[in-house]
Amino acid sequence: MSANAVSCTIKSPVALQIGDAVSDSSRPGVYITDITLAEPVNIQEISFKNYYTAYLTVRLQRREDGSAKWVTCLRNYCLMSNPHAEDGSHDYFSIYRHQMLTEPDNVTTVRLILRQPSSEWLNFSIEEINIHPCAKEDSERDVPAWISTLTPVEEPLDLNHCGHVPVPIQLSFALEMDFLIQRRFPPAFSRCGHSLR
Amino acid sequence: MKYVATLHMPVPKMKSFMRFGMSVKGMQKTHSIRSLTARDSRNRFVTVRMRWFRTRTVMMRLFPMKLRRKMSTYRTIRTDCFMSDTQKVFPGGFVVIRLDTVLDPAVLQRSQMITENPVDITSVLMDESAELSVSVTQIVQRLKGTHLHSQLEKQAKECLHKPEIKLETLKDDVRRLLKASGWERKLQNAVYRELHILPPSGHPRAPPEHTKEPLEYMCKAQVNWEKRILKSLNSMCTELGIPLARKRPVPEQKELTNKWNEMGTDEPDLSKFRPVYAPKDFLEVLVGLRNPNNERSEDLTVRSHWGLIQVSLNVRDIPQMREMYPELGLTYGQLGIDDHTHVPPDLFESEHIHIGKKVVSEQDSAAAQQYSRQGCPTGLRAQLWSLILNTTNDPEDITHYEQLKARVINHDLLVDNLIYKDVKLTASNDDYYFVFEDYLYQVLLCFSRDTAVLEHFSYNSATPPKSCIQNSSGSEQCAMVYPPNGVIPFHGFSMYVAPLCFLYNEPSTLYRVFREMYIRYLFRLHSVSSHPSGIVSLCLQFERLLQTHLPQLFYHLREIGAQPLRIAFKWIVRAFSGYLSTDQLLLLWDRILGCDSLEIVAVLAAAVFAFRAENLMEVTSLASAEAVLADLSTLKVMPLLQIFLFATSV
Repeated sequence: MSANAVSCTIKSPVALQIGDAVSDSSRPGVYITDITLAEPVNIQEISFKNYYTAYLTVRLQRREDGSAKWVTCLRNYCLMSNPHAEDGSHDYFSIYRHQMLTEPDNVTTVRLILRQPSSEWLNFSIEEINIHPCAKEDSERDVPAWISTLTPVEEPLDLNHCGHVPVPIQLSFALEMDFLIQRRFPPAFSRCGHSLR
Repeated sequence: MKYVATLHMPVPKMKSFMRFGMSVKGMQKTHSIRSLTARDSRNRFVTVRMRWFRTRTVMMRLFPMKLRRKMSTYRTIRTDCFMSDTQKVFPGGFVVIRLDTVLDPAVLQRSQMITENPVDITSVLMDESAELSVSVTQIVQRLKGTHLHSQLEKQAKECLHKPEIKLETLKDDVRRLLKASGWERKLQNAVYRELHILPPSGHPRAPPEHTKEPLEYMCKAQVNWEKRILKSLNSMCTELGIPLARKRPVPEQKELTNKWNEMGTDEPDLSKFRPVYAPKDFLEVLVGLRNPNNERSEDLTVRSHWGLIQVSLNVRDIPQMREMYPELGLTYGQLGIDDHTHVPPDLFESEHIHIGKKVVSEQDSAAAQQYSRQGCPTGLRAQLWSLILNTTNDPEDITHYEQLKARVINHDLLVDNLIYKDVKLTASNDDYYFVFEDYLYQVLLCFSRDTAVLEHFSYNSATPPKSCIQNSSGSEQCAMVYPPNGVIPFHGFSMYVAPLCFLYNEPSTLYRVFREMYIRYLFRLHSVSSHPSGIVSLCLQFERLLQTHLPQLFYHLREIGAQPLRIAFKWIVRAFSGYLSTDQLLLLWDRILGCDSLEIVAVLAAAVFAFRAENLMEVTSLASAEAVLADLSTLKVMPLLQIFLFATSV
């Protein structure tokens, strides 16, 4: 994939609840996660894996002229079109620079506000958060770097990057039959995973 | 007359729209598409319904998830009909817009959709071009090396000898000649077919297993289910002491070759074999599916599901189904309703057959799929289904079938006995299908040796079962797929093939059509996945439809211990094969192919319950409920579907 993710500290999510006591019967519908970056970064991409979060708001703290300012760069981005159903609940997402309302430059902290209005789900969160910095300074609308490895049609494309599932190696049919016949006892079936190792 | 459609968006020139005499100026958008106004040359606004049936396939697959969903709600774009001064309204032209520019990605890229939320537009542009390039490259790679590719090259070379070709415009001239001779259409059909079976494109970071099935608990359930099947097969193997595969001795090979067309006369001893699993075992697996992130109590609360399926998938309800499948509506002619003897054929039937003949002569896959939404005439059905599934009768296919036949003759597999047993138990006992027993053997035995079927595991949530072979020293282990096609037949599997026997009498064509239908639709009926056409979604959709529109019936059946899914599951798993009379079944399968989805099966199951609701309200046990619904052979499929979908008050 693109440039290596910057190192960041992801704090544990804080639930927003009305009232003081944390009661078991009501589950929070909003979580806030802060991610602090070691040094100010120009963000190219934020990628993550969803776990039952319906809407995402992203706020950035930018360091400008010595002062730190909070700006909203994404408001109520919909991750699950129907919060009560499973659609999109486990999907991987990427938010790119050009999708953000403000320029994510010189960012010191990223705040993710997760919302899940449905009472169906016990928990919701966002996992595997990675923040990728800009590779080059001049790229405003940068395409994902893996697309530059896309070769023209005449040359073979490395499909491993595109979610292509490797089909188990198929021996010639006759050889396969010979293998099966040679054993004396019925073999034990097993699931050996997706591909031959 | 000329139609002028006004679009409001910065699109230079949509060449494809012009093909239909529509000059396009711009388009307003609602989320993705807002409205399309069109004027005919008499300066009257007309109602234009745009069916993007090919574009839908291309764009829905290529655009990111959110746009796909938005597009699906606006697939039928109806505009306001504006009365002109003469108070005459043109009776709704039905214009089919096909951006059949799959070969020309540049035009597709220009058809940008502008949305209100800046987030959506830029991600659309970015992901659209990226996904498009990936898909195009994938399809090109798949088509390279196929028979069609070599034929196209040969044709192109032959074109060079024609006098019309000029060196300066070589590429365009060759393209034009290929188009005129029908080769471009064949290529389009091939690309259309590849789009149907293209594995879903996932996020670059998502592992391949995730793109097949994103929900972890479903993956786990599928894995456990496969383990159980393998254990059952294992124990059968050990008990009977029969090898997985055996090379047939030469006299036996000769005998089988002679008896190839009448394998049904064989009476092997199959008493020791039993089917590996039956649909009701699979139902128990589905009933036991639980999402760990969801709490479900056994009591009937506000949040509980009344039915057996306890997962919350996104299934369509009646208003959404009406929007998705308007061709099944009351204002459209349907074969199955409007071809009844007392309806004069001029009203619908003869026109429909005429269009069907045109579609077949054009050899257009996408048009055939659109056409079959209203049913296929009996005389044209075989050709139309072949066209939709793009199974041409090439010499290549016949050779492939002969190869598979040779494999059957040379080797005997354990699953062959399972197939024999299944055919003897199901199809041979059926009044309609027993005559096709020999065909069923010929198709299914070859099917289990066809390694090309393994390709569908790239988008099937299941994994092919592997058998670990140890070599003689016991040190090395090698895993290979068994049976060679990765599909273990279950009780009733042969009923997937049986209806097709009415259409095709050539075994190689029959085989090819069955294989294509299996890898496109039928495999979803017996593997656990969250796909909208998967069996879990179908069962949930059936239960939801019944609960929403017949709550009293559902509650009553639940109270007497006759959960509706327990009765309807066997219908859904077999797509009603063996339960309906064959002409009705073929009408149903027309719609499955036309709508490219199995949801219609779930709707029909709910419609059957709605039809027999009065009798069902009076039963007091599961057995009597099953007795009421035991015989479906007198039902007419299309009226039931229409009434349930379009005449139920919502």
